[in-house]
Amino acid sequence: MSKHNTLYERYSRQVLLKEFGEAGQQKLLQSKVLMIGAGGLGCAALPYLTAAGIGNIAIIDDDIIALHNLHRQVLFSVNDIGLSKALRAASVLRELNPEIIIEAFNERLTVKNALALLDRYDVIIDGTDNFSARYMINDACVLLNRPLIYGAVSKFEGQVAVFNCSINENERSVNYRDLFPQPTVDAEIANCAQTGVFGVLPGIIGNMQANETIKLLTGIGTVLINKLLTYNALNNSLFELALMAGKETRNLIPPNAAAFEQMDYDWLCAVRYSSFEINSKKFDELRAGTNVAVIDVREYGEMPAVDEFNYIHIPLAEIAEKSATINNDTIIVFCQSGNRSLQAAKLLADTFGNTKKIFSLAGGILQWKHQS
Amino acid sequence: MIMRVEIILFGQLTDIAGSNTIAVDDVQNSDELVTAINKLYPAMAGIKYIVAVDKKTIQTNTILNEKTMVALLPPFSGG
Repeated sequence: MSKHNTLYERYSRQVLLKEFGEAGQQKLLQSKVLMIGAGGLGCAALPYLTAAGIGNIAIIDDDIIALHNLHRQVLFSVNDIGLSKALRAASVLRELNPEIIIEAFNERLTVKNALALLDRYDVIIDGTDNFSARYMINDACVLLNRPLIYGAVSKFEGQVAVFNCSINENERSVNYRDLFPQPTVDAEIANCAQTGVFGVLPGIIGNMQANETIKLLTGIGTVLINKLLTYNALNNSLFELALMAGKETRNLIPPNAAAFEQMDYDWLCAVRYSSFEINSKKFDELRAGTNVAVIDVREYGEMPAVDEFNYIHIPLAEIAEKSATINNDTIIVFCQSGNRSLQAAKLLADTFGNTKKIFSLAGGILQWKHQS
Repeated sequence: MIMRVEIILFGQLTDIAGSNTIAVDDVQNSDELVTAINKLYPAMAGIKYIVAVDKKTIQTNTILNEKTMVALLPPFSGG
């Protein structure tokens, strides 16, 4: 059978749909899609995107397959444990449809490689499992004007949306930062590793992402532009929400490629609150750096006095109102034993968001003096 | 008459409340509603979520009435 005939037969049942037709198939075959993450969402979306005949599909993931992935990451088998998710997924998908191009990148998406990679594809699908990657991908899609098919799961619930789509020449639909402008406190939100996830859920949400992708590329139906769809697997409820653009969104996204590459998304998200605390050794390293403010947040006159290094004095009660006077990029706070300084660090983080790095000396000045 | 606003919860807010829906009495606007919820469920005070009023996200304090449906949605990160 000639290649043309195989193609015709392979896609015949969807080409028969008058809404889809030959034109829809041609659009898919000419499209390039990047799936970020070959986990639960990726394993669900990828086979359908591959089967539907998207001409070029790329997968990026630096993770390896583990036994505890198999209850939801159904592209993989027990023989794959220890292998690269991206490479293994690509090889399974090539068997499903050898007539399209499937690329695999066994590497981590970072601020250094994201823009160059994402720029090569028409649509980006987020199937990652952490906020750091999600904010980074969102910001990159905004900078590159790429639509982003968002999907996320937690326990028995999942969310789907299509972000940053072109509405007309000057207007794009809302993006993730219109929904959640700043990353949340890490301790609040746990990922699959901490809270667990119902195996079939990412299967459903990943398929919804594939569906939105195919509709967007072919122009059929309506896609979740300026909408967030939430699905609950336990009671089958669907909740669709209209999303409004935020006033501050544009200011939160790095303005250009150079600023994007300087972003520290890990620090901004996962690490933001949990890693405020530093030990005495790290404290000494950090305060030796440039553009650092070291702040004693104890009340005036508290003992022991500190004369070993330079610092400024802003008691905890005054830290919020006086934060505007701090111009340094890095702020290290300390107190007697580390409790008040941790509170101060959180207050400062709320004020400065991602614009400054903030640390608190664990164990306080008492422990520092003991160890010095 | 007491005004009662129904609230639909998502994600870990459901775990804290022990239910998908809660009701709050005598709140006039979305700011008062959040304050009331934090009092009822102190564990929700530290959690970030979006507030939707009648299935629309809101950017500013919004007037509520008895027919208003409020939804609180925290972000999910899993994949």
